Amino acid sequence: MTQQMTGAEMVIQALVDQGVEYVFGYPGGAVLPIYDAMFQQQKLKHILVRHEQGAGHAAEGYARTTGKVGVMLVTSGPGATNAVTALTDALMDSIPLVCLTGQVATHLIGNDAFQECDTVGITRPCTKHNYLVKSVNDLSRVLHEAFHIAANGRPGPVVIDIPKDVQFARGTYQGPKAVSIKTYRPKVKGDIDKIKIAVDMLANAKKPIIYSGGGIINSGKEASHLLREFARMTGFPVTSTLMGLGAYPAADPQWLGMLGMHGTFEANWTMHDCDVMFCIGARFDDRITGRLDAFAPHSRKIHVDIDPSSINKNVKVDLAIVGDCAHVLEDMIRIWRAEARQPNKQALAGWWKQIDKWRGRNSLAYRSSNETIKPQYAIERLYAATKDRDVYITTEVGQHQMWAAQFFKFQEPNRWMTSGGLGTMGYGLPASIGVQLAHPKSLVIDIAGEASVLMTMQEMSTAAQYRLPIKIFILNNQYMGMVRQWQELLHGGRYSESYTAALPDFVKLAEAYHGVGIRCDKPGDLDHAIKEMIDVDKPVIFDCMVDQAENCFPMIPSGKAHNEMLLGDVPGDIEKAIDERGKVLV
Amino acid sequence: MSIVSPPSASIYPPATVHEKAERHTLSVLVDNEPGVLARVIGLFSGRGYNIDSLTVSETEHEKHLSRITIVTSGTPMVIEQIRHQLERLVQIRRVVDLTDSATPGIERELAMVKVRGRGENRIEALRLADAFRARVIDAGSESFIFEITGATEKIESFISLMLPLGLVEVSRTGVVAISRGAEGM
Repeated sequence: MTQQMTGAEMVIQALVDQGVEYVFGYPGGAVLPIYDAMFQQQKLKHILVRHEQGAGHAAEGYARTTGKVGVMLVTSGPGATNAVTALTDALMDSIPLVCLTGQVATHLIGNDAFQECDTVGITRPCTKHNYLVKSVNDLSRVLHEAFHIAANGRPGPVVIDIPKDVQFARGTYQGPKAVSIKTYRPKVKGDIDKIKIAVDMLANAKKPIIYSGGGIINSGKEASHLLREFARMTGFPVTSTLMGLGAYPAADPQWLGMLGMHGTFEANWTMHDCDVMFCIGARFDDRITGRLDAFAPHSRKIHVDIDPSSINKNVKVDLAIVGDCAHVLEDMIRIWRAEARQPNKQALAGWWKQIDKWRGRNSLAYRSSNETIKPQYAIERLYAATKDRDVYITTEVGQHQMWAAQFFKFQEPNRWMTSGGLGTMGYGLPASIGVQLAHPKSLVIDIAGEASVLMTMQEMSTAAQYRLPIKIFILNNQYMGMVRQWQELLHGGRYSESYTAALPDFVKLAEAYHGVGIRCDKPGDLDHAIKEMIDVDKPVIFDCMVDQAENCFPMIPSGKAHNEMLLGDVPGDIEKAIDERGKVLV
Repeated sequence: MSIVSPPSASIYPPATVHEKAERHTLSVLVDNEPGVLARVIGLFSGRGYNIDSLTVSETEHEKHLSRITIVTSGTPMVIEQIRHQLERLVQIRRVVDLTDSATPGIERELAMVKVRGRGENRIEALRLADAFRARVIDAGSESFIFEITGATEKIESFISLMLPLGLVEVSRTGVVAISRGAEGM
């Protein structure tokens, strides 16, 4: 299909042809032609955010929950620079995004024109790929290529910088089918010989563990099904990174909970003592491994990843399989069955016995209180009240995020949206907007901290404008809780600037944004208040006043190994938990 | 204190510390599009890799392909990372580690060396240039410019010999390399 049209019309046409429903954006001088073309059509819906970072996170939330590419549209200069945080976040968490940025006219580029910035230069290290389109005849090809690159291989953000004169210029539009993508063809099928070796290693394992990650989610729902099937047929214990929660059902007896810095005792000890580690769609991040030279020291490791650069980056593995999680799992299951493999049942029984001992440690236990709301208790009650509903959770970053990961039990993929790699405070509120748009009838909750949520609070206005009944559940302890926790661990409890004085009245703030505010500070009132929140068909800010001093445990202190976890219920000199070498780590 | 097992010194060797840094020459075939060199250089600076030498030029005009030759150093783990990170860039077609391959590549550099001097020094410089097969490409009453090609070590030793004889300045291309044998990359 070829057609003559303006560059701005091509943008709209390409997005429609790519199956885009929503564009999250903010207008400005350098994108006016695109906004004019947007005005004259009905197929795309534009969601007007209040800050470009919000557009990015909303598109991320939408992408993460649907598996589709999220789209954002911003103007040149500050529009583009404001998008940088969201782009970096999407790059770190492998979220497919296409970000369209306006640019000053081609003849002005490099002249320090009004609202000019070197967008491709600034976004080069924080995108999977980026383009500056200098001719309208390249535009449709670039647009379709961008979607291909964003969604294929390890997903990521792609920026297309479009000068204003290119938006006005007329040229030939080509549909997605007419565009051939020549160079970018990532490998999705794993090497069968290696998969056979992996099957053999796993069948002979005495103390195996499946360590899964966000790659399972990115691979699609099929990968989650296959992971479950593989776990069922082998009987192996399963743990997951923060990004992979939901791929394996938390209600399943083989589930160990999340691993890593704030993972469960049993997940981390099982990792530490395992003899064969099956890492699929995870990347041995430092939050997971802890001290590298004591990471699962007796294990042989199998690593499945679609991105070859993830392999042997932090941890050397014994068997590397490059491919898509679903494809590799499918082959493994097929080969396991064809070869009539059986796990070492006797060894496995002993292994589970050991794991159950670790489980018995009950590492997520906390001291409950009748006086103050413990943050863990708040999440538990929120989970209890919503578990039978169609619920989606986003989070900000900090203690509340870890408590949500620990206490909210996810059974399905694509229902947990959080900023893992970059750790972006302010992610959750705009992300919940993207999620709510994708699932208009579902319950969408942003589990938030009072500090994080203020970073993008203006997006409440977006939620109000589009009547999105998102629920912002703030665990309000008046501290940047994780900062305070680290100040306790590392800096003698000197709470330098981690207390927020003069917080807004969140109830009034909700009302100011045409929403509903609910405050709760007594454990006894919590269930009723949560029910009230769920029943409101409007955006809600729930100000849950929690214990100010509570810390997030269990915890692997920085620079320590999996078997050196700190547990919350053991009193001791917490300051000495981190040694000099660990102090320099984040 | 709630540490569950004694945090004694690790009996496991640290992950990367003991690996020695090696010098590797990578040949990188790229689409000659705007920004591709910036991407490569940005990757090296952003991830803290070394660039000892880098040369680039379009080599196949019709296909718009350029070849970048990068000399870098790092532990084997880092070198593997560099290769994979380069391969991840969309505009990069192929990366070949010429140091690692079965048939190591041939490396050459070209240098222009300006030497100033009179009398005995001048004669000595000419004599050495002859021994190194350096050509005189510019001559004045008190200066020469030599053109010399060869492996990096040869150029280094020529330059160090010129130093006491009145070396003024040097301009070098950096390393270009190609694999031996009949096959292309």
